[in-house]
Amino acid sequence: MSGVRILVGTRKGAFVLSADGKRDRWDIGGPHFAGWEMYHLKGSPADPNRLYASQTSGWFGQIIQRSDDGGKTWFPPGSTPDQLTTPQGMPKGESNKFVYDTSPETGKPLTTHQWYDGTQHPWEFKRVWHLEPSLTDPDVVYAGVEDAAIFRSSDGGKSWHELAGLRGHGSGPHWSPGAGGMGLHTIILDPTHHHRMFVAISAAGAFRTDDGGTTWKPINRGLHSLYIPNPTAEVGHCVHRMAMHPARPGVLVMQKHWDVLRTDDAGESWREVSGNLPTDFGFPIDVHAHEPATIYVVPLKSDSERYVADGKLRVYRSRTGGDEWEPLTKGLPQRDCYVNVLRDAMAVDALDPCGVYFGTTGGQLYASADAGESWAPIVRDLPAVLSVEVQTLP
Amino acid sequence: MIRVVLPAHLRTLARVGREVELQVDRSVTQRSVLDALEARYPVLRGTIRDHVTHQRRPFLRFFACEQDLSHEPPDAPLPDAVATGAAPFLVVGAIAGG
Repeated sequence: MSGVRILVGTRKGAFVLSADGKRDRWDIGGPHFAGWEMYHLKGSPADPNRLYASQTSGWFGQIIQRSDDGGKTWFPPGSTPDQLTTPQGMPKGESNKFVYDTSPETGKPLTTHQWYDGTQHPWEFKRVWHLEPSLTDPDVVYAGVEDAAIFRSSDGGKSWHELAGLRGHGSGPHWSPGAGGMGLHTIILDPTHHHRMFVAISAAGAFRTDDGGTTWKPINRGLHSLYIPNPTAEVGHCVHRMAMHPARPGVLVMQKHWDVLRTDDAGESWREVSGNLPTDFGFPIDVHAHEPATIYVVPLKSDSERYVADGKLRVYRSRTGGDEWEPLTKGLPQRDCYVNVLRDAMAVDALDPCGVYFGTTGGQLYASADAGESWAPIVRDLPAVLSVEVQTLP
Repeated sequence: MIRVVLPAHLRTLARVGREVELQVDRSVTQRSVLDALEARYPVLRGTIRDHVTHQRRPFLRFFACEQDLSHEPPDAPLPDAVATGAAPFLVVGAIAGG
């Protein structure tokens, strides 16, 4: 019987949960990296035992961790002296070295973005928000970082280089940090167009490359944001999350700061599909594993409150690609609940029926083994959940 | 030997105990001690000093002999007691964050 592994990043460590295909009894492993902020963990689609994790700290900076045995053991890739020593005998230790490319050859000399006070501010690396392993090569992985940029490793996370064309395409000076920082938090790899990637940045918007990351274009036509001077500007939108179904790679859905949107042409244009949602502010959005038109969101009351409305934790599902939504509440608290679900904290498995999972800032990890019809907490008292990823195991 | 005391998270990361001993062949300064520390434990690169600028990370402090040496120039000699191994060089995480 196939199984499921859940990778959970929290404010105070990482947890690895596993179950068989019934998904009714869970083994909970962890905390790994106790006391550290674990922004994101994700497994390689090409090798499910290869996992990558972003471990961060305001004191000690960024660490990249890797597991080659499905999360049983971890190590910072390339960090032991025998792996690192160059022919000259010097240690390298570059698995946590994220240096912006400003070279004339590959990096445009773009060194500033818009700061909170409207002045220009230099790019400063703070942390890795999201790790996206290649669909085909376990040693290739992309990192979305704050301040917003995308990096690539082709040696299993031992070293990283920036795909500088994203910052260099010209609109960078108009990007600005949101309250949570200027992070590149979403990376989507197109399974049919191997050189195409989509990324999203708070608060700059969505971007697409069709040449493997050399050049990028903003794809924000149709977005309307009242918190920027020109609500339909090319960049400056606070995109919270995007998702795509691999069977329909030209169709993406987006949860923006306000508004849920969909594109049917790979981002050339977007239209709002918030429909009858009680509120269209929120963070995560995901797509059913087998039904490309079925979408899940978790609406929050507002951007100034950032908890679910009316004390009720409700996942909303659309089976029509948006516009028409239904609340999913069975098994979820329907009174006195004031949690948030962060942008990277929802995921689906590929079993049938599709499993849906999300973690809250209150430390609960909820699971549905029937595509959202009913829910139950796997664990209730983790630290605040930052990210949830799911692997469906053979 | 130079003795260096690390904060708990860095001990876990480097898989060492509270105190490590280092051989420093040149003048004993913040820079030479941290260079030796990072050479022996490469996983610590970037966690105490910035990878590129080698500036101390903002929430870390350097103490020795009951003195705060955090703002001393990186090439200034450390106290004799550190150079002789009589006293440790302490890397301390600042109290911040609640």
